[in-house]
Amino acid sequence: MSMATATAVKPVERENYLNKEYGVGSWLLTTDHKRIALLYLISITFFFFIGGFFALLIRLELLTPAGDLVQADTYNKLFTQHGQIMVFFFLIPSIPAVLGNFLVPMMVGAKDLAFPRINLLSWYLYIIGGAMMVHCMLTGGVDTGWTFYTPFSTAFSNTKVIEAGLAIFVAGFSSILTGLNFVVTIHRMRAPGMTWSRLPLFIWAHYATSIIQILGTPIIAITLVLVIAERALHLGIFDPKLGGDPLLFQHLFWFYSHPAVYIMILPSMGVVTEIIACFARKRIFGYSFVAFSSIAIAVFGFLVWAHHMFVAGISVYAALVFSILSYAVAVPSAVKVFNWTATLYKGSIRYDAPMLYAFGFIGLFTMGGLTGLFLAALGIDVHVHDTYFVIAHFHYIMVGGAVMGYLGGMHFWWPKISGKLYPEGWARLAALIVFIGFNLTFFPQFILGYLGMPRRYYQYPPEFQVLNVLSTAGATVLAVGYLLPMCYFLWSMRYGKPAPDNPWNAAGLEWQTQSPPTTFNFEKEPVVTWEAYNYEEIDARTGGEAPIVG
Amino acid sequence: MFDNFPFWPDRASAAAGNVDALFIFLLILSGLMTLLIFAAVVYFAARYRRRDGVPAEQIEGSIPLELTWTIIPFAVFMVIFVWGAVVYFKSRTPARDSAEVYVVAKQWMWKLQHAEGQREINELHVPVGRDVKLIMTSQDVIHSFFVPAFRMKQDVLPGRYTVAWFRATKPGTYHLFCTQYCGTQHSSMIGSIVVMEPAQYEAWMSGGSSGPLSASGEKVFSELGCVTCHRTDAQGRGPNLQGVFGKPVQLADGRTVTADENYLRECILDPGAKRVKGFQPIMPTFQGLVSEEQVNALVAYIKSIAQPAVGANPSTAAVVPQNENQAGSKVQ
Ligand code: HEM
Ligand SMILES: [Cu+2]
Repeated sequence: MSMATATAVKPVERENYLNKEYGVGSWLLTTDHKRIALLYLISITFFFFIGGFFALLIRLELLTPAGDLVQADTYNKLFTQHGQIMVFFFLIPSIPAVLGNFLVPMMVGAKDLAFPRINLLSWYLYIIGGAMMVHCMLTGGVDTGWTFYTPFSTAFSNTKVIEAGLAIFVAGFSSILTGLNFVVTIHRMRAPGMTWSRLPLFIWAHYATSIIQILGTPIIAITLVLVIAERALHLGIFDPKLGGDPLLFQHLFWFYSHPAVYIMILPSMGVVTEIIACFARKRIFGYSFVAFSSIAIAVFGFLVWAHHMFVAGISVYAALVFSILSYAVAVPSAVKVFNWTATLYKGSIRYDAPMLYAFGFIGLFTMGGLTGLFLAALGIDVHVHDTYFVIAHFHYIMVGGAVMGYLGGMHFWWPKISGKLYPEGWARLAALIVFIGFNLTFFPQFILGYLGMPRRYYQYPPEFQVLNVLSTAGATVLAVGYLLPMCYFLWSMRYGKPAPDNPWNAAGLEWQTQSPPTTFNFEKEPVVTWEAYNYEEIDARTGGEAPIVG
Repeated sequence: MFDNFPFWPDRASAAAGNVDALFIFLLILSGLMTLLIFAAVVYFAARYRRRDGVPAEQIEGSIPLELTWTIIPFAVFMVIFVWGAVVYFKSRTPARDSAEVYVVAKQWMWKLQHAEGQREINELHVPVGRDVKLIMTSQDVIHSFFVPAFRMKQDVLPGRYTVAWFRATKPGTYHLFCTQYCGTQHSSMIGSIVVMEPAQYEAWMSGGSSGPLSASGEKVFSELGCVTCHRTDAQGRGPNLQGVFGKPVQLADGRTVTADENYLRECILDPGAKRVKGFQPIMPTFQGLVSEEQVNALVAYIKSIAQPAVGANPSTAAVVPQNENQAGSKVQ
């Protein structure tokens, strides 16, 4: 569509969503989904680095068995706020709010999301929630763990539980609204010819994610309100002293928070799918299996919450049911890994930075998922529950999986977002450093966990030290790996080469408009007459020439 | 720093071997899976790296392949599930004649009391080869009783009992951790389990006891006036408690429940909740009037009068060597 402009020399900068208007006001009042995506990008990056900073402090404290860096109470606040910030203010919004916001309308061929103002509202809700969280941190913090287990949170903690709860409550609405916006957009605003079976799998993943956001988030909102009410008014819902049931809280909490882990990972799977197709120049092996496995994960994800409670005091029979259901949800995840791998077969593969992140994702996600099989096995979970084994498992999935996908996606779409190319060499180096740093940080934690080191310990018996030292060393490497992309992305905005409209020769409507796109994305509404991932056709047309790299 | 660096946790209970076996099976299985996927990714990436003039071959997908790699993993998962469930069942079902220890957790210590009366804090002495059943509750928040060397863990909840058991198989001293985050000193809420040879254990047992727990329970029972209603001659205004424990109880609302520790506990603290058929709701609640330790003692007492033969002298019933063989053959 814009093939001609892609190769033409650019005498003057074309009008695009970045240069159309200037001034703070034009950003803070924008309803352009792409600008809102950038607002999210900046705020989410801010929280990522706060959360990361806390993580480093935690790892430094654990360098020695004695609690000697900070006080016990400070340590408890550190891990609590690390968890709350990373989960609610980074992982859950990251891909949907940044990449999803930017790409969902473009990928379906729409001018914007269905409700642009609600989209802006959802950013403000995120910011209000985030500001409350920062305020809470600066004025004393909270020490309940991100899980807020009662009756500790309702009756025993002397910290700012109410404020933290409210912050997450508010941010939750941001998540719900984003989900609603996506669902309506995907249903109603697809360009002519963009049938369900032609949707990019990124869209399918976001569709499934949105369902969880809409159905699940209200539950955590209600649960937090109950915690707050109980704390303030002593209602006696969760506190046995007042006749309540502490397990009720855990059921409610995990009924959201288990599906929430899929909010974190499904979008990442969508990103990786796009990347693999592009850099292997292939249609995705078993498109419909991959699409439906996203939906299956979203649905089954609601049925396994109590696998976090095998030793909490639920009945043996409940444990059996939740164990078997956990294996059921593992199947669609396994299917996806096989499909990605099969897509590589007979491909024409290039190892650019996004692809390196995608490879990293497959490796780490596989290991995270396989260790889930250990946890879902009742007999083993009894031993490793609430130890570092669990910490390692979910970091492999969420930091290894979700963040790898996020970074891969940022690299893949950065030319489209910023109109600039990033330095490829640095990007590959960063991908390598992240992968090594990650494994060094979290692999020792599996061993620590099996040896019996409990989570949330600020001091520990000396025999656990060696593994903790390794883990801390890894965390510093990882920090470097995460800082690098931020540096060269910022650098590229000023010094990077201008990006062509479609630097990777990628399929997908978002690549058929200029880089960066104009405010309404397309000059005229696209009409879709081809299947997703029509790489054969693209390569035939372009002679299969190598994509441009920076 | 490098001294005492373990590669595998101590294996000191009957359950540990079962857990380790499944764990090793899963290690091998997932190691193979990881290798398979890594090898495929690396091989494809290298073999099919981009070359000029060699286009990718488009492949639609394959239903037989998809079915294969859906069904085979599912079958393998079911094997893991069943194996895991079996290990779990064994680790959840205590033998009937196990020694009993009452555990009260609080921020931030473990208070333990043997049925024979000995009290300990953050330390639990047990004999080798004897089933030990823990009847646990918390005074404040949720804690969790975790002994890595026994591969045993159970959350300890306020307001009710949870139960766990183990059979130690190797003398030594092992970590006892609290694994449910419980506030400032969570990581200091640790203790040790001292596993002793039976003879040593008996020697240890013979010192420092204030008499069996059930005896102190009996005292509480009369001090609080429970005896006035719960008489043994069937004339009382409350049910006769002799022989109640472990038996089904008919409730006023038509349900039938088993009189286990939690039931007894609830009757003491919240008598209205499960009223026994045929009695007036006149029992007052003892919530706030009795400490967790006193509830434990009362429960131990009611249990001791459940089996008149044994109940006559609970401390002799718990003598170790006598029960050891029995316990040994019972489980597994
Ligand atoms: C999309 C993939 C997955 C994600 C995003 C994920 C995420 C998580 C997270 C965040 C936790 C820890 C929560 C906490 O306690 O703070 C967790 C624990 C757990 N996961 Fe996963 N997981 C995934 C895959 C699996 C699979 C495939 C299984 C089972 C077959 C599984 C089984 C478990 C179990 C049983 C626990 C609880 C462990 C315990 O607390 O003892 N997970 N997972
Ligand atoms: Cu504790």
